[in-house]
Amino acid sequence: MIDRDQVLHVAGLARLKLSEAEIDTMTRELSDVLRHIEKIGELDLEGVHPTTHVIDLVNALRPDEPEPCLPVEVVLAAAPEPVARGFGVPSPVAQ
Amino acid sequence: MSSLIDLTAAQAADRVRAGEIDAAELFDAYRSRALADDLNAFTWLAEGAPEADPVRPARDAPLGGVPLAVKDLFCTEGVPSQAGSRILEGYRPPYTATVVAKLAEAGAPLLGKTNQDEFAMGSSNENSAFGPVLNPWDTSRVPGGSSGGSAAAVAAGLAPWAIGTDTGGSIRQPAALCGIVGLKPTYGACSRYGMIAFASSLDQAGPLTRDVTDAALLLAHMVGRDRRDSTSLEFPGEIELPRAEDLAGIRLGVPEELSGEGIEPGVLDSFNATLRLAEGLGATIEACRLPHAPHALAAYYLIAPAEASSNLARFDGVRYGLRVDADDLTEMYSRTRAAGFGAEVKRRIMLGTYALSSGYYDAYYGTAQKVRTLISQDFEAAFASFDFIVTPTSPWTAFELGSKTADPYAMYLNDFCTVPMPLAGIPAISIPSGLSEGLPVGFQLAGPAFSESRMLDAAFALERAIAFDGSGPMTGDRARRAS
Repeated sequence: MIDRDQVLHVAGLARLKLSEAEIDTMTRELSDVLRHIEKIGELDLEGVHPTTHVIDLVNALRPDEPEPCLPVEVVLAAAPEPVARGFGVPSPVAQ
Repeated sequence: MSSLIDLTAAQAADRVRAGEIDAAELFDAYRSRALADDLNAFTWLAEGAPEADPVRPARDAPLGGVPLAVKDLFCTEGVPSQAGSRILEGYRPPYTATVVAKLAEAGAPLLGKTNQDEFAMGSSNENSAFGPVLNPWDTSRVPGGSSGGSAAAVAAGLAPWAIGTDTGGSIRQPAALCGIVGLKPTYGACSRYGMIAFASSLDQAGPLTRDVTDAALLLAHMVGRDRRDSTSLEFPGEIELPRAEDLAGIRLGVPEELSGEGIEPGVLDSFNATLRLAEGLGATIEACRLPHAPHALAAYYLIAPAEASSNLARFDGVRYGLRVDADDLTEMYSRTRAAGFGAEVKRRIMLGTYALSSGYYDAYYGTAQKVRTLISQDFEAAFASFDFIVTPTSPWTAFELGSKTADPYAMYLNDFCTVPMPLAGIPAISIPSGLSEGLPVGFQLAGPAFSESRMLDAAFALERAIAFDGSGPMTGDRARRAS
C-alpha cells in the first residue's frame, strides 16, 4: 500500500510534477501493483546472496588515456539553452 | 518487384552477393513499402539507399546491402532517436549505437526507425508518443511490445529484418504476437552502447526476423566486445548458420510453472503440438521445475523500474530534448518531466523511486536481487538435465487495442513467461508455432549463457517441422481484416 502523502514524497524525489488527477490514479495503481509485488517478501531468502551481475565478469579496466571526444559545439547543438561552452539552466533558487 | 519482397533477408543477401539483384533496387522496394506503412510501424525513413561504396560495394559485404529497420531507441547519428518519447522530441544524436554501426559496416544499411513503447516500457506498443502500432494479422489488435514497430514491420514485409531490445520480453513477445522470430541474446553478447537505457542489468539488443536463418545471420554480426560497454563480452566462438535437421539427443524441459495456469487454451494447444513435433524429430521431452519462476515477474517489476528511475534521471531539460521553462531549476525539471513522459513511464519511475527510497531499499530492491539469484540457480539446476527449457512465449495471442490499458498489472502479466530469462542473463528465442483463432502463437526456447548457436540449430529444426506460413500479412490480407 502506498498513500497520497507517500506518492507526493516520491514524486518530489523523482522530480515529477503530478496533476491532482495523476496523484489519485498513481496512488491507486501503485498500491495495486505493490500488492502483487509484495508477495516476494514471503520467500525465505535467508543466506541468499543478491545478484549484482548475471554473467561472471572481472573488472573491465583499460588504460586511462586521453583521446578525442565529440566537439563541444556538436554536443551543445542538442541542448535547449546552449550558452558559451555550457548548458544554460534557470537559477537554482526561485527569483 | 514482389519477388524481391518474397525473399528472406538471407536469400536476398545471397542474391545480391551473387550479382543477381541490385542492392539499391532492393532498398527502394522496401522503402516504398515502408513509405506506404499503414501500421504506424515506422517513425522515420531513410531518404534512399546509401551511396554505393566503390571500394566495398554491397555485393562484397556479408549482409549484402539488405536494409535494416532499427528500433527508435538506438541512437543513430543525425537521425531522430526518441525512444518513443516526447521528452526527446527533436533529438538527433551526434553518434551511432555500436550494433547499428556494426550492422551497417557488415552491409545492412538503415532503412528506418521503428515505433516502440516509450523507453521500451510496455507490452503492447500503446505507450508511444507516436501512437500505437497495429498488428498486421489484425489491425484491431496490438503487435506486442516494446519492439512492436520492428515486429510489425518484419511481419508485414515492410522491412526484411529488424533489431529491437529485450529487457523483460520486448523482442520475444512482439515476435510471438506478430508471427515472426525474435531472439534475446545472452546478457553482454551485444554492446549496449548507444541504446537509450531502460534497465541496464537486463537490456539486450537482438534480431527480429522472418525466419531462424535470418536471425542467426543478423546476430552473427551484432555480437562482440565493445570497449564502450564494459559489460559486453567477447562471444565465445562464432554464431553459425543453423543446419540441424532433427533434434536427436536434445533434451527439452517443460517447466510446469510456465506452461499451465494462466496460459490461453489455444496457446497451450499450439505449444503441445510443437512438443509432439519436437518428439517426432528425436527430442526427449520431460516436465521440469523452475520453482521460483512465478516470482520472476515481481522481482522484475522492482528491478527494472528501479534501474529505470535512475537511468531516466538524465532527462531533465538540460542537455537534450524537451524543456518546459520555469523560474527555478527544480521546477523546470519537474515540469519538463511531467510534460515529456507518458503515463506508464511516470508509473515506473514512481515505482522505482519508491523501491529505492530510504527505508524501502532492502524490502524491495534488495529482496528482488536475491530472488534473481534463486531464479538463476533454478535455471542452472534445470540445465544440468536439459539442453533447453521450452515454454509458450506469451500467455495469449495478440489482444485488442485498449483492452489491457486500464489495469497496469494485467498488462505486466504479458511478460510472465519471458522475464525469468533476462533476470538470469540467459538467451532465449521465440519462433512461430502456429495460429490460434487466426492469430500467431510463439514457442520459446531458452538455453544456458552463450548457447545461441545450439539454440538456433534447435529452433531451425523445429521451424522446418512446424512449417508456419507467415505470408498472410505481407500480401495485404490485413486490409480486409481491418474493414
